[in-house]
Amino acid sequence: MSGKRHLALLVTATLLALGVAGVTAGAARQLEIFSWWTAGGEADGLNAMFEIFKKRYPGVEIINATVAGGAGTNAKAVLKTRMQGGKPPDSFQVHGGEELTSTWVITGFMEPITSLARAEGWTKVLPKDLLDIVSYKGEMYSVPVNVHRGNVLWYSKKILDQNNLKAPTTWAEFFQVADALKAKGITPLALGDKNKWEAAHLFEDILLSALGADGYRGLWTGKTSWTGSGVKTALENYAKILGYVNADHAAGTWDSATQMLIDGKAAMTIMGDWAAGYFTSKGWKPNVDYGFAPAPGTAGSFVIVTDTFGLPKKAPHRDQALNWLRVAGSKEGQEAFNPLKGSICGRTDCDLNKFDVYLRSSAADFAKNKLVPSEVHGSAAPENFATQFNDIINVFVTQRNVAATQRSLQAACVSAKMCK
Amino acid sequence: MTRISFDRVLAVAVLIPSLVAVGIFVYGFIGWTAYVSLSNWNSFLPDLSFAGLQNYVNLFQTFRFQADLRNTLIFTVVFLVACLAIGFLLAVLLDQRIRGESVFRNIFLFPMAISFIVTGVAWQWLLNPSTGVNLLLERAGLGALRSGWFTDPKIAIYSVVLAATWQLSGFTMAMYLAGLRGIPEELHEAARVDGASEWQLYRHVIIPLLYPVTLSAVIVLGHISLKIFDLVFAMTGSGPAFSTDVPGVFMFETTFRGNRFAEGAGIATIMLLLVAGLIVPYLWYGTRAEAGR
Repeated sequence: MSGKRHLALLVTATLLALGVAGVTAGAARQLEIFSWWTAGGEADGLNAMFEIFKKRYPGVEIINATVAGGAGTNAKAVLKTRMQGGKPPDSFQVHGGEELTSTWVITGFMEPITSLARAEGWTKVLPKDLLDIVSYKGEMYSVPVNVHRGNVLWYSKKILDQNNLKAPTTWAEFFQVADALKAKGITPLALGDKNKWEAAHLFEDILLSALGADGYRGLWTGKTSWTGSGVKTALENYAKILGYVNADHAAGTWDSATQMLIDGKAAMTIMGDWAAGYFTSKGWKPNVDYGFAPAPGTAGSFVIVTDTFGLPKKAPHRDQALNWLRVAGSKEGQEAFNPLKGSICGRTDCDLNKFDVYLRSSAADFAKNKLVPSEVHGSAAPENFATQFNDIINVFVTQRNVAATQRSLQAACVSAKMCK
Repeated sequence: MTRISFDRVLAVAVLIPSLVAVGIFVYGFIGWTAYVSLSNWNSFLPDLSFAGLQNYVNLFQTFRFQADLRNTLIFTVVFLVACLAIGFLLAVLLDQRIRGESVFRNIFLFPMAISFIVTGVAWQWLLNPSTGVNLLLERAGLGALRSGWFTDPKIAIYSVVLAATWQLSGFTMAMYLAGLRGIPEELHEAARVDGASEWQLYRHVIIPLLYPVTLSAVIVLGHISLKIFDLVFAMTGSGPAFSTDVPGVFMFETTFRGNRFAEGAGIATIMLLLVAGLIVPYLWYGTRAEAGR
C-alpha cells in the first residue's frame, strides 16, 4: 500500500517538475507582440519585421497577438484589461506621445529604454522633435517604427486639370478653388465624419494653419489659450469651410470620402497619408490620378502620427522584448516594414529608393519641416481630452457656435488636467 | 422539536450557489459601479477619493448627455407605440384564418432572429442619403420624399426607430397573435349577438382583454430601448450633433476610450435607474396581483 503511494507521489512530482521546467524553458524562448495590424499592408509589414527578428534571434516562438478594429479601438480596450490584470504582452503597438505617456508611463507600467536607445544609436538617427514626443521627463519610453503625416491635402488631378485649377496652398486660395468647383456642381471637399475623429482631424489641420507650429504646440502645454483669438480664427474658418463639404458627411467615413475622389464626386479631401494606401489599393497612382500637397496653410509643418513599441515593466520575456525593440528601431526593420505599411521610417537614414513617389516627398518634408504631434491620433493629448475634443467638434460641425465651442474646449482641457 | 426535512435543506442548498453568484456578480457589481460613480476616477489609474454627486452634476450639464436623454425618450416612446400598433395590426390580419398564415408569420418574425449589429449595418446602407433609398425614390418619381435620413439632425433618431421597429414588431405581433387566439370564440359571438360592430368588438372587448399582453410587450421592449447600444453603434454612431446618441454609446466611449471611469459609472447608474423605473412598478403590480389571488 505505502509502496504504491510512494510511487504515485514520485510520478506526480516528476511530472510537475518536468511541467514546470517545460513551462519556464518554453517561456524563455517566446515573444508576444500585441497590435491592431490585422489586415493588408499593415499585417504584411509586421510579418516582414517578424522575419527579420527570426533571422537575428532564431529559435524564438513569436506570438502575434492582434485585435481587429479600426484605429485600435478594440485593441486598446483589450490591452488595458491585460495591463491592469498584470499580464502584459512583451511589447505593444501604441501611438507615440500622450497616449503612451498618460495611460502607461505616468501610471508606472513602462520601463524607460533610454540606455537601449543610446546603445543602438537611435538618438542620432531619430529627429529631435520625434524623440521629444516619445520621451517623458528626459527618459525615452518607446521607439517609433513608422511615421504617418496628418496634414495632407489630396486632390483629383482630373477634376482640377479639367477646370484649370491648381491645388490651393492657403485657405484663401482654397475658397477661390472651392467656389469655382461649387459653380460646376462638384463637391469641393469630401468629408466622412461618422466616427467623429475625421472632423476633428480636419480641424486639427485648420488649427495648425491658424496658429503656426509653435502656437499649435502651445495648446498642449498651456501656452496657447483655447479661448484665445487664434482658436477663434480657426473655428470661424472651419465654419466657412464646412459650407463646401458634402451634405451627407455624417453618413460616411474617411475611406468613403476618399472614394468620392475616385468616383469623381469630389475634388479634394484632407486626411492622413493612409489615404495614399487607399488610393493605391484602388489602382490610383500618385501624380497621375491624384496629387498631394500640405494641407492649406500648413506648409513647413508636419503633423506626426506615429506607431511605437515600448517595454512593459512586467514583460514576461524581457530579453526577447528588448530584442524586438532592437529590430523595430533598426534600419533593416524599418525599411522592411514601412514600404509595405505605406508610411515613412521614424529614422532619417532609411533608403528612400524602397518607397514610392508620395512617401519620398513625405520623407523629404519630414527631414526639414517643423514636427508637431497629432492630437486626434494620440500624440499631443491624453485620451481623456481626445474623446472630449471629438465630441465638441461633432457638435460644432452641426451648430457652428464658436464661443460655446471655445468654452467647451477650455473646460475639457481643465477636466483632463492639461490646463489649470 | 421541528424537523427540518431533507428536501427543504436540499432545496436551500441548491439555491445558495446561485444566490451567492447573483449577489456578488449582479448586486455586488451594481453597488461597486454606484460607488465608482461617486469617486474621482477619471483617468487610467484608479482614484477612489470621494467626489459626491459631482459626476452626476457634470453629466446633466453636458450637452451630449442632455441629447442622450432626449433621444432615449423619443426613441422609447415612438418605438413602443409603433411596435405595439404595427404588431397588433399584423396580428389581427393574421388571425383572419388566411391561407399561408404560417408563411407570413415567419416572414414577419424573422427580423427578430438577426442581431442588432446586422440590422444596424443594413439599415445604414439603406438610409444612406446618396446611395440608399433616396435613389429608389428618385427613380420612382417620388424625389420630393428624399431626405437626409440619419444625417439630418432633426429627424435622425427616427431613422434608428425605423430600423428597431422593423426588427421587433414581429415580436409584438407574435405576442398579440397568441393573445388573440386565447380569447374564446364565445366572447366574439356574444358581442355580435348584442349588436356590436367589428370596430366596437375590438375596442371594447378584445383590446381590453389584451392588456396583459400589451403590458408584457411594453416591459420587454421598453427595457431594450432604454439600454440600446449595438443598433445605434453599428448604424449611425453618435450622429450629427449627437442626434442619435444614446446613454449606452456615451458610456462605452467615455469609459473605454476616454478612461473616464467615474463618469461612465454615473451614466451606467442612471441607465439602471431608468430601467428600474420601468421594471419595479411592473414587478410590484405583479406580486400584488399574485398575493391578491
